[in-house]
Amino acid sequence: MQWSAVALVCALAVPAAFAGEAVPPDPLDSVQWPAMVHKFFRDQRVVFDDAVQVIVPPAAEDSMNVPVSARVHGLPDVQEIIAFIDFNPIPGVLSLRPLQALPYIGFRVRVQQSTPIRVAARTADGVWHVGGAWVDAAGGGCTLPSAVASRVRDEDIGKVAARRWPLADGGQRLKLRIAHPNDTGLISGTPAFFVEELHVRDAGGRELASLALHEPIAESPLLTLEFPVAGALAISGRDNSATLIEARVE
Amino acid sequence: MRARCVRTWLAAALALLSSLAIADDFDYGLQPRQVAADTWVVFGKPENFSRSNGGDIANTAFIVTGAGVVVIDTGPSKRYGQQLRAAIGRITTEPVVAVYLTHHHPDHALGNQSFKDVPIRALAGTIDGLREQGADFNSNLYRMTGDWMRGTEPLLPQEAVTAGEVTIGRHTLQLLALKGHTAADLAILDRSTGTLFSGIVFNGRTPATPNATISDWLSSLQQLQALQPARIVPAVGPVGDTAMLAHDADYLRWLDGSLRQAAAQGVDMAEALRLPIPARFDDFALLREEYQRSVAHLYPAIERASLGVAE
Repeated sequence: MQWSAVALVCALAVPAAFAGEAVPPDPLDSVQWPAMVHKFFRDQRVVFDDAVQVIVPPAAEDSMNVPVSARVHGLPDVQEIIAFIDFNPIPGVLSLRPLQALPYIGFRVRVQQSTPIRVAARTADGVWHVGGAWVDAAGGGCTLPSAVASRVRDEDIGKVAARRWPLADGGQRLKLRIAHPNDTGLISGTPAFFVEELHVRDAGGRELASLALHEPIAESPLLTLEFPVAGALAISGRDNSATLIEARVE
Repeated sequence: MRARCVRTWLAAALALLSSLAIADDFDYGLQPRQVAADTWVVFGKPENFSRSNGGDIANTAFIVTGAGVVVIDTGPSKRYGQQLRAAIGRITTEPVVAVYLTHHHPDHALGNQSFKDVPIRALAGTIDGLREQGADFNSNLYRMTGDWMRGTEPLLPQEAVTAGEVTIGRHTLQLLALKGHTAADLAILDRSTGTLFSGIVFNGRTPATPNATISDWLSSLQQLQALQPARIVPAVGPVGDTAMLAHDADYLRWLDGSLRQAAAQGVDMAEALRLPIPARFDDFALLREEYQRSVAHLYPAIERASLGVAE
């Protein structure tokens, strides 16, 4: 993946435009934090909160496929969970509305360089609770830059593989993978082509969770979600070229 | 006049700066240790690539055969290769007559340029691997070790070898074509001393898996065990007996088994980074760090299989 240098310069140039805004100091000490506040939390209350536990590897061994999982502990009424990456040319990763889902998500992202990866949960009072950690994208040892063409065959695009596991307290975990090149559009000559929208419903058609996904999500997105109630699930969605994604998970 | 004065000052300042910048003389401090008759090992550090170790994290070795020196692996950089040759020159006046590479990883094969006047031999798959990944390895090592790498570029071996025997001077070498740590792993058993040289064996350092196929690696370790070598010169760590083979195999089986079990239980990849590691592997350097790299190398395919995705 070749992120555009121009896009990166633009992203770095943003903070000067709103230097006057009050932002809470960043425990991760990232120079991009004010830009992130401006982009994602403008005019909203933001607190850093250990209730949002984010797991990332200390180093991105494969910068095309960095695993992230986040769980919100003990905050009532989480309305929305977003993820973003300070130093990516396109920082926004996803937005989850956990309508009837547990405040938890696992996903994989592309990172351009060493950067904080952050997850924020918005509670019903409008406050954003932010957690996150640095990922060193210099890697260690024989790191292989896998800047190869997508291995997804055209006829497989949009195919879903999914499985449910019971949780100890009666709920369930869903893992799903959608075969898709998920091109960022930042490689010259390859337009942005990625899974943009997903919905999970129960067997009765009630929506349990809704997800908006953005360019940094890794090729063939693999997502982990949790629900308080067991039972078959239906997945629907589309990519930005309106390819429909449909699957039932029995 | 004034301009010239400024230029002079600038030149002086630059000279001072550059002398500070190269205060480190990029000396790997290579000290060959004799481990058997005619047989010397230059030990790498059980660390990851860094600016302080210059990439010297793997063992290299050489055999003074009576008909020239056989070198096994060339180290991480052109500078390392040069310093290895100089170190050999302090031990013997015999010329280097052949180089064998155990596999294509950068800490073993990026010193090749300093041996370009002698035949460099490797398995065909090693040459392919270096052709495909050598440039990426090279730029990665520049990023991680800095100026230690100056002037280094990958140099492909000229001679592909296959399994078989070769006699050089007093030493008969049995070449074994293995795989598992990478797609092509050459092991060399020196029949004259019972010394086995292998890049797939890690002693006291966690096995690294960036190009690994665990099942192949395990059967290769079994083949090495069957040779009953008197001593083993591992990819990294001290020379020892075959106990290190069993310990590596134990770790690789645990690694593969626990990742498969985790995927079968629906564990998310990020969560898999935190799985407990049994205390019996505490003697491996870089244990958690290397385990977490292995999650990145191995878990995606295991997880796809757990979801029924055909590869």
